[in-house]
Amino acid sequence: MDPYALKTLNAERRARRAAILVTDLGDGRDRIVREGDQVAGDLGAAIAKAFRSGNSGSVEAEGRTFFLNAHLPQPRLVVIGAVHISQALAPMARISGYPLEIIDPRTAFATPDRFPDVALHAEWPQDVLQRQPLDSYTALAAVTHDPKIDDFALKAALDANCFYIGALGSRKTHAKRVERLLALGASADQVARIHAPIGLDIGAASPAEIAVAILAQTIHAFRSRGLEAKGAVA
Amino acid sequence: MSDSIYLDEARDPLIIAEDWMTDGKDVAIATVVETWGSAPRPVGSHLVIDAEGNFHGSVSGGCVEGAVVTEAIDVIDSGKAKMLEFGVADETAWQVGLSCGGRIRVYVERLG
Repeated sequence: MDPYALKTLNAERRARRAAILVTDLGDGRDRIVREGDQVAGDLGAAIAKAFRSGNSGSVEAEGRTFFLNAHLPQPRLVVIGAVHISQALAPMARISGYPLEIIDPRTAFATPDRFPDVALHAEWPQDVLQRQPLDSYTALAAVTHDPKIDDFALKAALDANCFYIGALGSRKTHAKRVERLLALGASADQVARIHAPIGLDIGAASPAEIAVAILAQTIHAFRSRGLEAKGAVA
Repeated sequence: MSDSIYLDEARDPLIIAEDWMTDGKDVAIATVVETWGSAPRPVGSHLVIDAEGNFHGSVSGGCVEGAVVTEAIDVIDSGKAKMLEFGVADETAWQVGLSCGGRIRVYVERLG
């Protein structure tokens, strides 16, 4: 392995950015490909697939055998709101491989008693997200219903290009939210990325069912990253 | 944020390999490039080895690491990468292998 490739790879992994180490198994030469880098042909197609799935493996291309070692950051879910939905969502998300954190400045809601074994921040999103910024391998679900708490986090999620952004509330509530986010400087294209009403449309009614809908939509967003532009996702 | 979302640097084989390189050590990196059937570690897993035989990470559940370390020291000396293949252990011959019944291919290369 090229020492420079190893240093580059580790730097990308530390920064929570996806990278693939491409090794020609014939001559041992390797290089790092970052997400978004253009690679032509069959090799490029295999690389794009590996970025979506996170799976490593060998590929035959241009008469050679390449090994693609995909290094994707651990996806995670940040939930704004220590509410009933979040209580159901926390264990489900953890089991599904999406470690979850909850931010809610309302200390009556954000108690360890209500959220055992969950990373919980009884603080304003402004304060937590300044210390621990969002990124494109983070999903954000805003479920407080309270613009004072949700809006800043939603704008931050749009700016950080979170892979999934959902906000609880009816279409009417969301229309008002859109106006506020536009006033905060978000573009119309950005705001269109927000899933609202939140969650896949499975007719969820109870808090636990809504949690399932949010988690399913999060997984769908993660596994279809990069496909939107090609119209492969409805 | 929880530790799991960041690298566990003290145990991460590729971080350790970089640290060893910075310390001036010769290093080999072994990578699982293919698995068939039941295999304890997924494709892409690493074992990193220095010239004294110190190692971190894993390419199996401890079944074949000893053999990989021996080969890796060869690779460090020669600079020539090797492809190793391990299958079911032949217990009567005390051959190194995977008791789980799977098969794996491991690519061993020198760093630099």
